[in-house]
Amino acid sequence: MSISNLKLSVMAGAVTLLAGQILPLPSLAAEGSSVVAEGKAIALSRKKGNCLACHLIEGGEFPGNLGPPLIAMKARYPDKQKLRAQIWDPTAANPESAMVPFGRNKVLTEAEMDKLVEYIWTL
Amino acid sequence: MKKLLNRVAVLAIAGTVSMGAQATTPEEDRNAFNKLYKWRFSGVPMEEFVNGAYAIDPIGRENWEAIEEFPPYEPFIDEGEVMWETPFANGKGYKDCFPDGPAIAGNYPHWDKEQGMVMTLPLALNQCREANGEKPLKYKKGSITNIVAYTAFQSRGQVTNVVIPDDDPRALAAYENGRKFYFTRRGQLNFSCSTCHLQNTGMKVRTEILSPTLGQTTHWPTYRSKWGTVGTLHRRFTGCNKNIRAKPFKAQGEQYRNLEYFLTYMSNGLELNGPGARK
Ligand code: HEC
Ligand code: HEC
Repeated sequence: MSISNLKLSVMAGAVTLLAGQILPLPSLAAEGSSVVAEGKAIALSRKKGNCLACHLIEGGEFPGNLGPPLIAMKARYPDKQKLRAQIWDPTAANPESAMVPFGRNKVLTEAEMDKLVEYIWTL
Repeated sequence: MKKLLNRVAVLAIAGTVSMGAQATTPEEDRNAFNKLYKWRFSGVPMEEFVNGAYAIDPIGRENWEAIEEFPPYEPFIDEGEVMWETPFANGKGYKDCFPDGPAIAGNYPHWDKEQGMVMTLPLALNQCREANGEKPLKYKKGSITNIVAYTAFQSRGQVTNVVIPDDDPRALAAYENGRKFYFTRRGQLNFSCSTCHLQNTGMKVRTEILSPTLGQTTHWPTYRSKWGTVGTLHRRFTGCNKNIRAKPFKAQGEQYRNLEYFLTYMSNGLELNGPGARK
């Protein structure tokens, strides 16, 4: 993720947070859900994320069990950027990680990563 | 929880094997591998490891046992016997290259001092052909699998016994080279052989249970339902390399032969039971 992207998404987060406290924003919410849907497609596609190869995801068929179930993600990753960092390059936290460095090895693009993280965070 | 504990220990042992700042001897490697798998799959008798994932997966095993009742590799053995018995154009045949008969799989792979390389069974068979003016066979599928299937079947019951002779330092170097290959991460997906078959053995990738390295070399060639035919060990290496989006190496090239040398050494003491059948 480029710095400007990062700033943008942090800012966007702040805006929604603030706005959310005042009044619901239907247009943003609608856009948000289509991003989540795209993120889901990326997560489940065998050619893209293929997360099910190793993780149980609620509603996903034939999950592997190499990695832990992806569940209660918001609780476990209150900081969305930490979640993104784990998916970007799991070997940063655990050099022996058996997980694919999706960002570092360019398995997914920046834009795909962003959408994917939005979806995973809903789990 | 037991599973989790198991995996932590597996990682710890795998870590000491792979990281090993100071060099380990092949025997130390083999002992560590044995220890790890015995511990990870306590209750699985050693001789069961020749059955790959079916040693540790009761459901897969049931299907496999049903398949073994009408072994899909049988026609390939028969074809191979015909090849063994049929003379080349020059009147000689495999029998002349291998006067002790077709039960020779247990002699491979071995260090060939004269040629300064790891000699494998498919390579030796092709060298026999070429010495007699015949074209070499392709290494991953096709008639090579017939002749290898026949010799494998004739060699059933022999015991894996790879030797690393100490009168030629190049032999140990070839082993080390294969070992390094096994532990090196490669491909866009960043996996080493050890990531799947050592660290995560017994775990599932989708519906595939990752087999232990121990026993992976005893049963080649293997009929795979996915291939719809019999393929060689190096074809399987190619597949595992492609799955991680790594460029596969050449079948019977130096890298895969050294890998086979290391991998087969790890299975020393296990019986040969080829050809095999897998899904
Ligand atoms: C080939 C196996 C594999 C694939 C594919 C894989 N992961 Fe993982 N994942 C793991 C393993 C193993 C861990 C355990 C931690 C570690 O070793 O890094 C993990 C950990 C995680 C964690 C941390 C979980 C926790 O409990 O803290 C997240 C989040 C995660 N993966 C997300 C994903 C997403 C999203 C995808 C798909 C885009 C994915 N993973 C694909 C193997 C995989
Ligand atoms: C991403 C995971 C992964 C990696 C990395 C991987 N494999 Fe595999 N391998 C598999 C799966 C899945 C199978 C099929 C199930 C099984 O038998 O383990 C398999 C099967 C095999 C088999 C056949 C086992 C049998 O009983 O017939 C061999 C041999 C093998 N792998 C060797 C290797 C070697 C050598 C490497 C490294 C060059 C490697 N694998 C890397 C996943 C992997």
